[in-house]
Amino acid sequence: MIDRIDLWIVIIGLGLGSFGLRFAFTGVVGDRKLPDWLLRHLRYTAVAVLPALAAPLVVWPAATGGTPDAARLSAALITAGVGYYTRNVLFALLSGAATLYLGLYLVS
Amino acid sequence: MQTTKSVYWQGVRNGAPFILMMIPFSMLFGVTATETGLNLTETMAMSVLIVAGAAQFTALQLLSENAPTVIVMITALTVNLRMAMYSAALTPHLGEASVAHRAVAAYLTVDQTYACSVTAYEANPGWTISMRLAYFFGVATPVLPIWFSFTFVGAYLGASIPDTWALDFAIPITFLAMVGPALRSLAHIAAALVAIIASLFLVFVPFSLGVVLAGFSGMIAGAQVELMMRRKGVWT
Repeated sequence: MIDRIDLWIVIIGLGLGSFGLRFAFTGVVGDRKLPDWLLRHLRYTAVAVLPALAAPLVVWPAATGGTPDAARLSAALITAGVGYYTRNVLFALLSGAATLYLGLYLVS
Repeated sequence: MQTTKSVYWQGVRNGAPFILMMIPFSMLFGVTATETGLNLTETMAMSVLIVAGAAQFTALQLLSENAPTVIVMITALTVNLRMAMYSAALTPHLGEASVAHRAVAAYLTVDQTYACSVTAYEANPGWTISMRLAYFFGVATPVLPIWFSFTFVGAYLGASIPDTWALDFAIPITFLAMVGPALRSLAHIAAALVAIIASLFLVFVPFSLGVVLAGFSGMIAGAQVELMMRRKGVWT
């Protein structure tokens, strides 16, 4: 059972902390110029952090108890591939979902 | 001729496709929170105050394992460190806005609003600050209300959703669908590949810190490949 006080400390603490992280640069730095080397690294935040979050979830899905699964692996590859070639998030999502459900249907 | 209004609607159109995956993603959070033992108020408070799916799931996971409060906060904030990076990346584009506008934009900074906006700002360097804000709020318009309302639906439906829907996979699919179109150059591809490989090798690092280290490795790889391409004169 989760302790109620701890839970609210976490909710409020994370709320403030998350806003603090989001406001850190836009709020404090304002329109001062950031150095080139920093901007060069920041260009790659999304394309680095998001795949890093996704990769373990794709290879060792919690739903299968951590066993690699053909349906989920192929859905992930199709999603990224279609996204890359069509430059369209919606096509990527739809192809990924279709591949996942087709794959799960075929194995079951 | 683009106006502030047309740019706002362009943002809405660019944000709209995310609804499709935000629905299962936010419902999944509502369902998982309910199954972990949170009531409706607590579940909604998490979505409205934290506004960060990955961090919310991380916190929920650790809370259910009875991890110490400090560890729960540090780990979830580390997963959210990318928000500080997004904030820094948005600063050159939104820095001239008023403090109030920047505070609202900060609250609305999520993966989707960040990814769409930075791409649009790079493609439209001539946009005025009010057009850039309008585009940002446009992307947020379909994304955030969906996140809140379907957290509620998920919490309300609770455990009645069957496992065969495989809602668990909405998270990685959403992340990958956002990354594919963002792979604009060899440097971006290098960043993604290095991050994936590092993340898989670093899963043993406790409390999700491996993801953060993998993210940094990917960013360094991207920056290095960019420098190499600039030296060879193939960077565009």
